[in-house]
Amino acid sequence: MTVLKDLPEKWFPVVLPLQRRKQKGLNGAKSQKKRTEEERRVRANDREYNEKFQYASNCIMTSKYNIVTFLPVNLFEQFQEVANTYFLFLLILQLIPQISSLSWFTTIVPLALVLSITAVKDATDDYFRHKSDNQVNNRQSQVLIRGSLQNEKWMNVRVGDIIKLENNQFVAADLLLLSSSEPHGLCYIETAELDGETNMKVRQSVSVTSELGDQNNLASFDGEVVCEPPNNKLDRFCGTLYWRDKKYNLTNQNMLLRGCVLRNTEACYGLVIFAGPDTKLMQNSGRTKFKRTSIDRLMNTLVLWIFGFLVCMGVILAVGNAVWEREVGSLFQSYLPWDPPVDNFLFSAFLSFWSYVIILNTVVPISLYVSVEVIRLGHSYFINWDQQMFCSQCNTAAEARTTTLNEELGQVEYIFSDKTGTLTQNIMSFNKCSINGQTYGEATDPLAPQPTRLDFTPFNPLADQDFCFYDDTLLESVKVGDSHTHEFFRLLSLCHTVMSEEKSEGELVYKAQSPDEGALVTAARNFGFVFRSRTPGTITTTEMGRPVTYILLAILDFNNIRKRMSVIVRNPEGRIRLYCKGADTVLLERLHPCNQELMNITSDHLNEYAADGLRTLALAYRDVSEDEWETWSESHRCADKATNCRDDRLAAAYEEIEQDMMLLGATAIEDKLQEGVPETIAVLSLANIKIWVLTGDKQETAVNIGYSCKMLTDDMTEVFIISGHTVQSVRQELRRARDRMIELSRSRDGEKEEGMEGWAEAGFMGNGFREGQDGDSAAAAAGGGKQLQCPPPPPPPPSNNLMDNISGEFALVINGHSLAHALEADMETEFVSTACACKAVICCRVTPLQKAQVVELIKKHKKAVTLAIGDGANDVSMIKSAHIGVGISGQEGIQAVLASDYSFAQFRFLQRLLLVHGRWSYLRMCRFLCYFFYKNFAFTMVHFWFGFFCGFSAQTVYDQYFITLYNIVYTSLPVLAMGIFDQDVPDKRSLEYPKLYEPGQLNLLFNKREFFICIAQGIYTSVVLFFVPFAVLSDATQSTGVPLADYQTFAVTTATALVIVVSVQIALDTGFWTVINHVFVWGSLGSYFTIMFALHSQTLFRIFPNQFHFVGSAQSTLLQPVVWLTIALATAICIVPVLAFRFLKVDLKPQLSDTVRYTQLVRQKKRKPIGRSVGGAWRGASSVSEGRLGARGGSRRSGYAFAHQEGFGELITSGKNMRLSSLALATFASRHSSSWIDTLRRKKHTHTHTPPSASGECSPAPSCISGSVPPLSNSSSVLGGSQDTPIEEETGTPPAQNAQCDLTSSTQTQAASEAAAPQASAQAVTLTAGRTHVGDSPGGWAATLGTVQEALFGRKSRAAASNSPGPPSVAKDTSQIV
Amino acid sequence: MMASSYNAKEEDGHHSGASSHGGAGAVKSKKPDNTAFKQQRLPAWQPILTAGTVLPAFFVIGLIFIPIGIGLFVSSNNIKEFEIDYTGVGESSPCHSCAKNFSWNSTTPCLCSVDFTLEQPFESNVFMYYGLSNFYQNHRRYVKSRDDSQLNGDRSALTSPSKECEPYRTSEGLPIAPCGAIANSLFNDTLELYHIDANGTSNSIPLVKKGIAWWTDKHVKFRNPGGNGNLTVAFQGTNKPVNWRRPVYELDPSDSENNGFINEDFIVWMRTAALPTFRKLYRIIQKKPSSTPTLPSGKYVLNITYNYPVLSFDGRKRMILSTISWMGGKNPFLGIAYITVGSICFFLGVVLLIIHHKYDTRNNSADIPN
Repeated sequence: MTVLKDLPEKWFPVVLPLQRRKQKGLNGAKSQKKRTEEERRVRANDREYNEKFQYASNCIMTSKYNIVTFLPVNLFEQFQEVANTYFLFLLILQLIPQISSLSWFTTIVPLALVLSITAVKDATDDYFRHKSDNQVNNRQSQVLIRGSLQNEKWMNVRVGDIIKLENNQFVAADLLLLSSSEPHGLCYIETAELDGETNMKVRQSVSVTSELGDQNNLASFDGEVVCEPPNNKLDRFCGTLYWRDKKYNLTNQNMLLRGCVLRNTEACYGLVIFAGPDTKLMQNSGRTKFKRTSIDRLMNTLVLWIFGFLVCMGVILAVGNAVWEREVGSLFQSYLPWDPPVDNFLFSAFLSFWSYVIILNTVVPISLYVSVEVIRLGHSYFINWDQQMFCSQCNTAAEARTTTLNEELGQVEYIFSDKTGTLTQNIMSFNKCSINGQTYGEATDPLAPQPTRLDFTPFNPLADQDFCFYDDTLLESVKVGDSHTHEFFRLLSLCHTVMSEEKSEGELVYKAQSPDEGALVTAARNFGFVFRSRTPGTITTTEMGRPVTYILLAILDFNNIRKRMSVIVRNPEGRIRLYCKGADTVLLERLHPCNQELMNITSDHLNEYAADGLRTLALAYRDVSEDEWETWSESHRCADKATNCRDDRLAAAYEEIEQDMMLLGATAIEDKLQEGVPETIAVLSLANIKIWVLTGDKQETAVNIGYSCKMLTDDMTEVFIISGHTVQSVRQELRRARDRMIELSRSRDGEKEEGMEGWAEAGFMGNGFREGQDGDSAAAAAGGGKQLQCPPPPPPPPSNNLMDNISGEFALVINGHSLAHALEADMETEFVSTACACKAVICCRVTPLQKAQVVELIKKHKKAVTLAIGDGANDVSMIKSAHIGVGISGQEGIQAVLASDYSFAQFRFLQRLLLVHGRWSYLRMCRFLCYFFYKNFAFTMVHFWFGFFCGFSAQTVYDQYFITLYNIVYTSLPVLAMGIFDQDVPDKRSLEYPKLYEPGQLNLLFNKREFFICIAQGIYTSVVLFFVPFAVLSDATQSTGVPLADYQTFAVTTATALVIVVSVQIALDTGFWTVINHVFVWGSLGSYFTIMFALHSQTLFRIFPNQFHFVGSAQSTLLQPVVWLTIALATAICIVPVLAFRFLKVDLKPQLSDTVRYTQLVRQKKRKPIGRSVGGAWRGASSVSEGRLGARGGSRRSGYAFAHQEGFGELITSGKNMRLSSLALATFASRHSSSWIDTLRRKKHTHTHTPPSASGECSPAPSCISGSVPPLSNSSSVLGGSQDTPIEEETGTPPAQNAQCDLTSSTQTQAASEAAAPQASAQAVTLTAGRTHVGDSPGGWAATLGTVQEALFGRKSRAAASNSPGPPSVAKDTSQIV
Repeated sequence: MMASSYNAKEEDGHHSGASSHGGAGAVKSKKPDNTAFKQQRLPAWQPILTAGTVLPAFFVIGLIFIPIGIGLFVSSNNIKEFEIDYTGVGESSPCHSCAKNFSWNSTTPCLCSVDFTLEQPFESNVFMYYGLSNFYQNHRRYVKSRDDSQLNGDRSALTSPSKECEPYRTSEGLPIAPCGAIANSLFNDTLELYHIDANGTSNSIPLVKKGIAWWTDKHVKFRNPGGNGNLTVAFQGTNKPVNWRRPVYELDPSDSENNGFINEDFIVWMRTAALPTFRKLYRIIQKKPSSTPTLPSGKYVLNITYNYPVLSFDGRKRMILSTISWMGGKNPFLGIAYITVGSICFFLGVVLLIIHHKYDTRNNSADIPN
C-alpha cells in the first residue's frame, strides 16, 4: 500500500506533459529536452533564436489538475488507494448472483460517499494552488521589447528577454545583470527569500554592459551568453558572454536570482538566463513529496493484515463449506438443490469463499479513510481557529495548510529550526555597555516590572525615536561630559561601514550592512554622537550638537580571521587616532599592558553579558603619531599593491598598527529573540523533543543564539565543535567527540556507582583510550595538507549501544563544510550516532540543500518524526523533506509558508501546536482508530460465527440495510465526535506537564499491540453478541407461544445488542462529553431505532415488497421482554470485563494523563484555585533577572558584526557606492526577558545530575590571555587531540612559548572538564575559531585540554588520595591553585 | 464532575487590543472568533473511572442481575414442556417403516402413531410445536429463495416469479405459486393428539390452527392475489410446488378462509428459522373453561400422517408440548446466565475493592511526577 501511494509521482511525468503542452507550447518539449541540456545559450533580444532551444518559460505550475483532467486523474489517484480498488473489486464480485451475499448498494453507497468526499477535498486544495500560481504568474514586469518597455506578466517572460527592475521589486527570473542606475553597474539585493540571509548583497554587472546604460542602448544589445545548465547551486554561476567578438567571464557576482528583492537601487536591467522551473529558486525547492503520517503507514500495514485475516477467515469458511456441502448439503438437495453451475462441493466452496469475502469485507472499513480525513480536517480547523496562536501584531492566525498530518504533530521527536527570522527577529538592539570599568544598561531596579524608557529628544533632536535604553546613568554620564564615555560613543560613530541618508534635516536613515552595526551607530546617535554622512575621505558627525568632520585615513576592514575592524581618522585638531572594535578574544590581546586592571573588570562585564546571551564587542583606541602613520601608510600601500598574497600582507600590515591599544569598554547587543523562544525551547525539550538549529549564519552567531535561547547552557557537560575541512579531520573530530562522551558519561556513571575509586579509574581508562586516538588525529589532521602516509583507520563500528545511553548533556556545533563530509554515505552513521547523543545540535553555514539532507538523514536513521520550521525560501527544502514542515509567516516573504504544512507568525506557537493540538490530535486519532477497528470486528465477526450454523452459506446475520447503514449512520457520528472533540487533559495542563507528550513519541496509544487488543476485544464482543442470543433465543418463545428463533427476530436482536454495546463502549471511551457528543451518541441510538422501525414498517413494504422483507420484525421483536433481557445480558458480558480492566489500569498503573485528570477532578471538587499553574508564567510576566545568576558561568561569547561581510570598507574608500537611495532600518522593538527559563531547566537537571556551580572561580584567567595565547591550527577541536604538533600553517608564535600558559589555562579548563565541564566547554566554544584553516588563538585553549591531561590526572589522583569529598571540590581546589 | 469552562477574559482583552491595532478597523482583524466551540472550550463532562464510580456500578449490576436471574429461573422451571421425537430412526420406533419406505411418488399417506405419557398436568394454554433438526432453513440460498411480491398477492409476480426462486420457479412451463425452495419444502406432516383416559377411550384433543402466525405476516405480508375471492380462479395458470400434493388454494380443506398464501401453517413455515435446529408453532390447545387442566396427566397418543422425509439428510422431527409464562417458553439459560453474570459482577466488585485498598498508589502521592 505504501508502495502504491508513491505511484502518482512516478506517473505524473506521463500525465503532466500532456497537460502542459496544452497550456504552454514550450513546456511539453522541455521535459524531454531537459535531460540533454548540457549548456545553455541565450542571445539577448532575440526570441526566435532562443526559441530554438525550447527553454522553459517563466510560468510556474504547482497545481495538479485542471478542469478537464480533474475527474480522470483524481479517480485514477483515488483508485491507487488499495482500499478503494478493493471496494471496486467487491462491487464487481457482488454483481455475480452465485456469489452475491449482499445487495450491490451495501458497497456502492459507502464507496461513492468516500470517493466524492475525497474528490471535493482534492479539488479545493488544487483550487488554492491554482490561485497562488496565478497570483505569481500574473505579477507584472517590464520587458524590453523592440526598444520599448512593455508590461508583461511574469509568465510571459522568456529566456533572452531584457527586463527592467525597479527598487523593492522581486526579481522575476534568474537574470544576468546588464546595467544599473547606480554607479559602476552596482546594485543591491536582498536574498532573504532565497537563502535567508537578510543582509544586503552587492551585485555588479560586467563593465562593458554597465556602460550601455539605458534602454535605448540595451535594445540593440545582442550579446550571447553560454553558461551552465539549470542547477540548484545558489552561490555558483559560471558562463561566458560573447559580445562584439569578445569574451567576458560571468560569475555569480553578475547574477540576480529569482526570489531576490532589489534594494537601494533605482532600477536595473537584466537578461533572463533561467526562467520558471529552471530558476535556482525552483530548482532548490525540491520535489513535492506526498507526506503521510506514521499512523497512516501503520494503518496501511494493519489494513493489509486485516486483508490477510479476511482471506484466512474466507478460507476457513470455504473449507467448512466444502465439508458441509459434502456431508450435509449434498443430502439436503431434495429441499435445497445446488445452483445450476455448481456441480460439486469444491466449486461451491470456491464460490463461498468469495461470498464470505464480500460479507466480511466490513472488517476493512471503507469509511476508515474518509473518517480519518474528516477528523484531521476538524483538527486543522481547530488549529486555524486557535486564538492563542494568533499574532495580533501581524494579524495572522495559525494555518494548517495540510490537513493530513495533524496527529503526527503529537509524535515529533526532532525539530529542525532555522535561526534568522524563526528564533530571532533579526533585530539587534544595543542593550548594555561597559565604559571604563563601569557597566551601564543593567536594570536599576529589578523589582520594577517595566523600567522607564529613556527619552532622548530633549537632549538630542537627532535621536532615533525607536531606540530603547533604560539606564539613565549612562545618559547622565554623557551629559556630564565624561571623557571616556564620549570617546566610547565617538568610536561607535566613526568606526563602522554604515551609510547614512538624510532626506531632510535631522531625518537620518542608516543603511547598515549588518544589523549589529546599525544598532551600534544608532546607539551612538542617540547618545549625542550622530553620524551624519561620509565621503570616501571624510566622516561628518554631530558631537553633542556640534558638527565635526573627521578625515578618514584608512579603514582596516573586518574579516573572519581578524574579527575586528578599525578606522584611522584625523580629527579637526589634526591628531590621528585609530579606533578599533572587535571580538574581545582578539582585541584584549592587543591592548597596552597598562590596561590590565581595566581589562579584568571589562572581562567580567563581558562574561556577564555573554551569559545573558548578548553579543559582545570590545572597543579600543590608539593614538597614532604622525611619523608612525607615515611609515605605516607606506607599508600599507605596498601591501595593497602587492599582487601575490595581498590579503596576507594586508593582514600583516593591519596587525602591525593594531597594537598597544587603550581599552575603552565593551558593548553588548541583543540579537532579539522572538517572543517566548527560550520558554518554548525549554518546554519542548522537557517534552523530550530534540531541537537542531540549522542556519546559514556563521558559527559564532549560531552559537550565540544557541545560548540566548537556552539551547546551549553553561550547565552542559561539553559542547563539541566540528569544523574540519577534510573527510579525515571531520571523521576524527566526530570520533573524538564520541569518545569523549563515552568517557565522560562512563566516568559520571562510575562516579555514581563506585564513588571515588571508580571515578578515578574511569578517568584513567578514558585517558589511555584517548592517547591512542591522539596519534591518529595528528596523522589524520596532517593528511589535510599532505598526503596521508598511512591509510585512514577504518571507521570503528558505530558503538550505538554505547551511544544510546550517554548520560550528561552534550551539544554539537558543526560547520557547513564539515557537514558536507559528515553527510557522505560512509560517515552518516557516525554523524548520526554522535549528533543524536547530544541534547542540542547546531549546524551553521549550511546550504538549503544540506538542511534537507540533515532532515533526511535523521528520518532515515532514527525512524523518528521530524519537524522543520523556518521562514525563508532557504528553508523550503528542509520544510518539504521533514515529516512536518512549519512556516513562519514573518517578514521574509511567503516561500516557506507556501511550502509548509503549518504556518503561523511566531516560533512560540510551536509549543501550542505540538503540545496541545498535536497531542490532542494524536490522542484522538488513536482512540478513534482503536474504537473503529473494534466496532467493525464486533460487527463483522458475528457473520463468521454464524457461518458455522448456516452451512457456511455466507448468510448474513443482519438485515442488509443494517449492514449498509451501520458504518455510515449508526456508529459513525459518535466516534467522529470523539475523534474531533475528545480531550484527556485540558490544554493548560498539557503545557504545564510537557511529559504528557511522551506517549506520542513512543507511539504508545496506537501500535500493533494496541491494535491486537482492540481486535481481540472486538472478536470477544462478536462472540458474545452471537452466542448469547443464540443460547437464549433458540428455545425462547413469545408470550403468544410463537418461537423467537426465527431468522428475522434473531437479526433484530443481534443488531440491537450490537448497536447498544458499541454505544456503551464509545461512551466509555469518550473522555470529554460535550453537548455534541451527547447529541451524537444519543442521536445515533435514536436514529437506529427510528430507521429500523421505518424500514420494518408496513408502508415501505407495501411499496417495495421485495426489498423490505423484515416487515413487522422490529415491532414484534422489541416488544418481547426476553429480547431486552438478552440485550442487557449481552451488554453486561461485553462491558463488565472492559470496565474492570480499565479501572484496574487506571487504579494501579495510572498514566500521567490519568493522574493529571484525577488531580483536576479533585481540585474541582475542592473548589480550590489551581495552585501550580505555570500557565500564567508562560505568558511571560517575566521576572527580569530571575535565574540569571545561575547561568552566569565562565563562558563568554563574543560577537562582532556577525552578518558582516568583508569588502565593504574598500567600497567606501573607493567611493563607488556613495549614492544611496532609501533604506528602512529595522525598528527596535521593546525588550523582553526570558531568563526565568533557567530555573525550569535546572529543575529538570536536578533529576539527572547536579550542575556544579563553580562558575565564579572559573572565569578565564587573564594571565593567560595577556601572555598572548598562540594560535594553534587545529581550530576545530575542543578536545585537543594534538597537544604539541601545530599541524597546518603556523602563525608565527613558537609552540614552546605557550607551554606555561597552556598549563595554567588548561589546568583550569581541565579541572572544569570533569566537575565543571560546562564552563570549560563553553569557553572552548567561545574561543574556538571560525571556519578558517589558518589557526587562530582560541584553538590553543581547546588544544591545551589534551596537553595537561597528565597534570590533571596527577592532580586528580592526588585529590582522591587526600580524601577530598568529591569531584566538585576537586574543581575548586584546582581552580584555587590556578 | 462538570469541567469548568475557562474564563475567557484574557482573550477578550487581546481581542480589543488587536482590533485597535488594526488601524481603526481599517484592516479587518483575522483573529479567530472567541467561541467556546472554536477554542475547544465547550463545557464538558469528563467522567473518570474512579473507585467511587466503578465499584458501586459493579455492586449495582450484581444486585440487579441476581434477582432477575432468580426470577427467570423460577418461572422457567414452572413451565412444563414435553418433547417427543417421532422421526422413526430406531427399528423399534413406530414411524420407522414410514420413514424407511418414504417415496415422493406414493399417493397413499403413511400413518403411524406414537404413545406417550404426561407425568404432570399442563395448565392454561398449551402450545404444540413441531421441531426439526439439522434442517438448514437459514442457508443463504434457501433464505433468499422466495418471492415476497408474489406472496403479497402481486399478480405479475404470480405469473412471473422472481429469479430468486430458481430452480423452483416454474414447473411444466407454468409458474409455481408459491415459488421457491422454502415454499417447496413446506412441512406437511399432520399431527393429531388423543388423550387416553382412565377407561381406555381415546378422546381427540381440539387443536386450534388459527393465531399461530405473526399478526403482520398474516395481515400485511401475505395476501392472496385478488383478495380472498375464488382462489381457484386466482391461482389459475400457476402450478403447485413440486413437492406439494395439493395446490396452495387447497391447503386447508376444512377452512376456506385459511387457504392460499394466508394459510397459517404456510406462513409459519415461510418465517425461516435462524438456526438449523428449530421449532415452529403447530397448534394451540386452548385452556378449558372448567378448572380441569388443559392436558391432564396421563396417556396420550400422537397420530402422525408421515409425509415429510428428513432421514435422507439425517434430520429429526419432534413434537413439543409446552406451556407459557410471562417471559415465553421454557428457557433455563437466561436465568442461569443472569445469576452467573450478577454474581461475577458482585465478586469482581469485591475483588476490585480489595485491590484498590491494598495497592492504590494515588492516595499516597497526590502530586504529579513531572
